[in-house]
Amino acid sequence: MGFFSKLFKTKERRINAQKYKIGMSKTRDSIFGNVKELLETKSLDSDDLFDELEEIFIMADVGVNTTVKFVDQLRKNIKTKKITSSDLLMELIIEEMYTMYVKDDIAVNEINIEDNRINVLLFVGVNGVGKTTTIGKVANELIQQGKKVMLVAGDTFRAGAIEQLRIWSERVNSEFYCNEEGSDPSSVMFDAIKYAKEHDIDVLLCDTAGRLQNKKNLMNELDKINRVINREIEGAPHETLLVVDATTGQNGLSQAKIFNEVTTITGIVLTKLDGTAKGGIVLAIREEMGIPIKYVGLGEKLEDLERFDFEEYLFGMFGDVI
Amino acid sequence: MAFDNLSDRLQMSLRRVTGRGRLTEKDIEEMMREVRLSLLEADVNFKVVKSFTKNVKEQAMGEKILKGLNPGQQVVKIVSDELQRIMGDKAEPLTINAIGITKMMMVGLQGAGKTTTAGKLALHLRKQNNLKPLLVALDVYRPAAIEQLKTIGSQIGVDVFEMGTKEKPLNIMKQAMEFAVSNGNNLVIVDTAGRLQIDEDMMNELVEIKNYLKPEEVLLTVDSMTGQDAVNVAEGFNNTLGVTGAILTKLDGDTRGGAALSLKEVTNISIKLMGMGEKLDQLEVFHPERMASRILGMGDVMTLVDKVTDNIDEDDMMGMVEKMMSGKFNYNDYVKQLKMIKRMGSLGGIMKLIPGMGKMMKGVDVDDKKTVYAEAMISSMTKKERKNPKLISQSSTRRRRVAAGSGRTVTEVNRLIQQIDQMTATFKRMQGMDPEQMANMNPMTMMNQSQPKKKSGTKKKRWRY
Repeated sequence: MGFFSKLFKTKERRINAQKYKIGMSKTRDSIFGNVKELLETKSLDSDDLFDELEEIFIMADVGVNTTVKFVDQLRKNIKTKKITSSDLLMELIIEEMYTMYVKDDIAVNEINIEDNRINVLLFVGVNGVGKTTTIGKVANELIQQGKKVMLVAGDTFRAGAIEQLRIWSERVNSEFYCNEEGSDPSSVMFDAIKYAKEHDIDVLLCDTAGRLQNKKNLMNELDKINRVINREIEGAPHETLLVVDATTGQNGLSQAKIFNEVTTITGIVLTKLDGTAKGGIVLAIREEMGIPIKYVGLGEKLEDLERFDFEEYLFGMFGDVI
Repeated sequence: MAFDNLSDRLQMSLRRVTGRGRLTEKDIEEMMREVRLSLLEADVNFKVVKSFTKNVKEQAMGEKILKGLNPGQQVVKIVSDELQRIMGDKAEPLTINAIGITKMMMVGLQGAGKTTTAGKLALHLRKQNNLKPLLVALDVYRPAAIEQLKTIGSQIGVDVFEMGTKEKPLNIMKQAMEFAVSNGNNLVIVDTAGRLQIDEDMMNELVEIKNYLKPEEVLLTVDSMTGQDAVNVAEGFNNTLGVTGAILTKLDGDTRGGAALSLKEVTNISIKLMGMGEKLDQLEVFHPERMASRILGMGDVMTLVDKVTDNIDEDDMMGMVEKMMSGKFNYNDYVKQLKMIKRMGSLGGIMKLIPGMGKMMKGVDVDDKKTVYAEAMISSMTKKERKNPKLISQSSTRRRRVAAGSGRTVTEVNRLIQQIDQMTATFKRMQGMDPEQMANMNPMTMMNQSQPKKKSGTKKKRWRY
């Protein structure tokens, strides 16, 4: 039994993976369908094959560095593992990707939420990636698990942002905290935590204004938000999630690097993967910085946010190939 | 700012070529590899990169170049021309009806910046073309999208037509046009909901609205951080809707913005405008030729010239230059200068526009706050001190007083003094230089050259406190 078939041997996993498969069908068709075609038409030791493999990964926004590293590794392993057929090569590609992604980390997608404490999850990212929407969806998941959740309107800058989060809180039936538009986001956090302590809240999901990572003053503001949260609750924020739009190109690396300097990023939320974009930049972020992907957005509906599972992600990409 | 890293890379690869007498085929190969890599890292579409490097290589391999007097320069020119060719030769203006209502539709993916850009566009066209805009809120899906447009509308004093989230967008559109006629608007800007280009139902909604509205412009809003997929998105929208132009947003980030290169080449959609910041007046006309020279790190002189002429009184400027040249530059002049720069926009933005500064600005942190501090420190000086900088630099008591008065540290006051000294020194050196020589000079090296003179020996003596 091949590596890939082993991955999907449980029925439950298959059902879950189907969701990825549907969400990512465009991705799979346009890009990784090519892999199959490529492997069938090129001989295994031709330079063309590797050049075109590189092209496929680059077109998926994986980035030059990570792609070259991956393809070099693959080239080496084809020799050492004596790969002779295209089917075996396909499996090797998946296996290599898996090794590259998972590293030694088993529980990569776990969310650090514990009972008997106020858990603070902070959502950060550049403008327009879907932070507020993601919070609504995460809230939905946590409420279904029986948690008492409060949404905190930390984006006091963008017009309509507070209102947008308020509507989400009504949809998912959660608590909601806001100060007025234009107020200091750190003070919103401070007041929200105070409220949470008095009202027995389990999880705070904190929205922040979108900020481009090269805006120093805005990054300082984020630093302050982080400090205030940490001062009020030891060990908080328990998760700082960088929200990344799947259409993002190589700038995603710069986002991860600079946001990580200001607030330690514990995970990535990859949004809008239901489009034609491949979101390959998160593989580069994982490879270069070790930051795992924790959630992935596969559609606009409330339940379309999934815990990221690399095996399922691979199934979404390669499901039809094998 | 956009393209910094791309210009770094190109300059690195081209520097090896510049200054050498002749080019070998190997040189060109090596250079093209660098160009290819840097363009890919800049998110330029893979296919565009391929054709780009192929064209440049063919031209560079031509006899003309190899036998030319300065092959390096010529390759730079080929690369620059090719970049420019891809992005379009000149900025394409928006279509505006002389009589009747001009209609524009904003379309794009979720989060590209349509709503903000709609507001910016209304403000821009009211200012530039003296139109009376109406913003129409058709995003009935995203929570609070209508709220957002209403807030933006009230910020810029533009009417917003909305009917809540219950009505169908096409109905709202029809009502909006009736309102526009009775309200005397001659520009209607429609903010539509973000959608995926592969979502057929949602795309059909846009087609219906377009067929009814018959807009002069269908503007695709594209996030400049978009990767390889930019081309698919543009093709998707263009094939179903017929896009008339693109607006590139968030170019004030540090993205290399390769999408700008790809759009025109692959989809033949011209980029007409670009968003340069979160403030509603930060929308600029897209100038491909300026963008090309910016990519190559040659500075965006034209934009700088525009900004300067828009915001600066020429007499003021000449007076300032005279003062600088004569070495009689004092704190009053410095404050005046700071105010001029402030009017032009952020200091960091200005510096990037100056030829040669782009690559030197890397790692140099231009903090707009520092100018505020400088003004505070200067306000804490007496009138005499402002006129005669020596009073401050020669007395530690005065420096301490200024620091205390402005709430800054003595070190910061010292830094301010150094800056004034440095500027005076720099401008003294510029005296007697012919303009051509000056143009070739590198402003940063100039400053660096003037620095050691001051540092050696003087520091200890002067800053004792």
